[in-house]
Amino acid sequence: MTRQYNFLLAGVGGQGTILASNVLAEVGLTAGYDVKKSEVHGMAQRGGSVNTHIRWDAERVYSPLIGLGEADILLVFELAEALRYAEYLKPGGVVVVNRHIIQPITVTSGGARYPSEADLRAVYSLLSERLYLIPGTATAQELGNARVANVVLLGALSTFLPVPEAIWLQVIELRVPARHLALNRQAFLRGRALIQ
Amino acid sequence: MRQLLSGNEAVARGAWEAGVQVASAYPGTPSTEILETFARYPNVYAEWAPNEKVAVDVAVGAAYAGRRALAAMKHVGVNVAADSIFYASMTGMEAGLVIVTADDPDMHSSQNEQDNRRYAKFARIPCLEPSDSQEAKDLVGVALNLSEQFDTPVFLRMTTRICHTSAPVELREQKQIVPHLDKFPRNPAKYVMVPAHARKRHPVIEERVQRLAEWADTFPYNRIEWGDTALGIVTCGVAYQYAREVFPHASILRLGMTYPLPPTMVREFAARVDRLIVIEELDPFVEEEIRLMGIACEGKSIFPRCGEFDPRIVRESAIQAGLLPESARVPVATLDKPEIPPRPPVLCPGCPHRAVFYLLNKRQVPVTGDIGCYTLGLLPPLSAVHTCGCMGAGIGQAHGADKAGIGERMAAVIGDSTFFHTGMPALANVAYNRSQVVTIILDNRTTGMTGHQPNPGTGYTLQQQETRVLDLEALVRALGIERVKTVPAYEVRAIDETLKEYLKAEGPSVLIVREECALLPGARQRWKALQVMAEQCNGCTLCFRIGCPAILKSDELDAKTQRPKATIDPLLCTGCEVCAQVCPRHAILFRAQVETR
Repeated sequence: MTRQYNFLLAGVGGQGTILASNVLAEVGLTAGYDVKKSEVHGMAQRGGSVNTHIRWDAERVYSPLIGLGEADILLVFELAEALRYAEYLKPGGVVVVNRHIIQPITVTSGGARYPSEADLRAVYSLLSERLYLIPGTATAQELGNARVANVVLLGALSTFLPVPEAIWLQVIELRVPARHLALNRQAFLRGRALIQ
Repeated sequence: MRQLLSGNEAVARGAWEAGVQVASAYPGTPSTEILETFARYPNVYAEWAPNEKVAVDVAVGAAYAGRRALAAMKHVGVNVAADSIFYASMTGMEAGLVIVTADDPDMHSSQNEQDNRRYAKFARIPCLEPSDSQEAKDLVGVALNLSEQFDTPVFLRMTTRICHTSAPVELREQKQIVPHLDKFPRNPAKYVMVPAHARKRHPVIEERVQRLAEWADTFPYNRIEWGDTALGIVTCGVAYQYAREVFPHASILRLGMTYPLPPTMVREFAARVDRLIVIEELDPFVEEEIRLMGIACEGKSIFPRCGEFDPRIVRESAIQAGLLPESARVPVATLDKPEIPPRPPVLCPGCPHRAVFYLLNKRQVPVTGDIGCYTLGLLPPLSAVHTCGCMGAGIGQAHGADKAGIGERMAAVIGDSTFFHTGMPALANVAYNRSQVVTIILDNRTTGMTGHQPNPGTGYTLQQQETRVLDLEALVRALGIERVKTVPAYEVRAIDETLKEYLKAEGPSVLIVREECALLPGARQRWKALQVMAEQCNGCTLCFRIGCPAILKSDELDAKTQRPKATIDPLLCTGCEVCAQVCPRHAILFRAQVETR
């Protein structure tokens, strides 16, 4: 068992980062780790930039927050949002980014510019050799519901962790409504396949 | 059994396990989930009160009646409830009363970051501070016992990171408590705070603080973790976790109760360490208390007073103060990054507040704002909110500006829940003292920002009981406003015409703009994405000015204007049709047109 994992999940309010964080924390606990998960509610959730800190530790987690340079894995739900949190990554850490763009209001109604995918890719590849830009939302749309993009991303994330697939599926089963269970299972497995 | 619980969920669980029978609160980030969770436990009474003062009075009443009670609120809610907290400190109660204050260091969702430990000292009541979810749960029970033992309300001071961090918690069964009273107490000397009685009570509560300090020396949640005695750290709350992580070998005095401090324990700890520092977020509260004992210590000379901490902030501050070597620094990647477009929170697609702000901006009306989702009307391109202070402030501000003879017609915007909270007395003042204020009640049939809590206007309660719907229009008339009208929130022209009329009318008026929040389940069922007919659009940008996240600039430029045409994100659009009504070229299809296309 690796001693410790620090995860930073980032995205845009409304993308389902909270459900994904709940699953990730529960999986850690089920797999035998001490766990803390820290998120922000309220104003930021209204289409703003949101993030969750999740820590697993084989012994004990103290701080609920990860400091800059301390995240083992960045899981980012929106293409440009990884820029905002890049400095959290530990050297050699893993970066998984959903290739989905949500233009901020400062771009659509103001003068701000959304960086090109080529520019973003260039920066992200300097950040880490272990970079995965994946079509999370597109995959979810193929499955018929863009809202399961969060579970597709969890599937991708799961490939970097020493936790059996069965535990993930068991936790997902507890966390999603029964009528959406089959869809979420598929989303998780498709997400795994995006990396493997 | 162990379960992952947020600090808020843990407080609710702790209250249930410890036999709390009545809980009252007003929603406010980061405290909201306490009551939402507690309300789902069996055999308890839980309610949303219209404001925090009412919530505390309700909890005090239950505790006077001999039943354990809890009131919960965000830090600024304590300002609203302060009057009640102070008399409750004077009277004490017949059963345990815990008041949860959820402070918000870094102002994630607040207008200030006041440190409410000061209220504990101010009101002469003890203050407990958990460092994680397990302690949050346990300390509720401790607080109730302490409340009964010392005949005092007890503060449980949480912070955002404790409220919204989930961690494993050991669950227990509910404690069965048989109330010792079957009649309301008739004890005027204790419960009627006229001056003659109050003068006798004041020495009692001062003596209570002394006894609490003695008790604090024996309190197991105040504990010393001995390590290297070169450095001694006094800490509390979430700061304990950062201290433990950044200084794994130092000696630590962890305070589970930050008012009053344990005098003997602090003295003994200070005497045995070479350098004494205090690590606490926000105010130097513990630091000042230690100094008042005549003990030298450092705190805010090393660690920031503003904002919240994280391990990096604590580590960097410690390195600068020479408490840690330079080699302790964690390396951080330096990247040559393109400019990141800011992503502030925005009114959601389909938000029923959007049209009003678009029109207020178009008419260049000065607008005093209030607390809720609609505060976001301040941001460009809507740019239509010019003040936001605290709950219920906007109407009074508009009245004051009008009476000052500003020469512009003032409008005040306030949400339905905020109007019930503290807007009503301010509107009564507008009617009574006759100003020209146009009050706009943005009635989205819920308490939006905190996540859809019911309120006196929604027709159901926190525990899902059907109830009377408070009729806003009748209420406004009863407060003394004759000119009042309710207009559907997506009818841009109707709102504009009423606004135009009211801005010219003699005397006060109230415009109620009504439509349920687009995120409520019923509204979600009506979502239908609109479409832009690209051939009709000439990139005039008018629809961009309503600030809807679902309206995007397309890659296609208009041949003549060379400006990007509009396009609509089908994943975000709800079909509210505000953009379709604003578009001068009829390029955006209405719902009915989309259906027949």
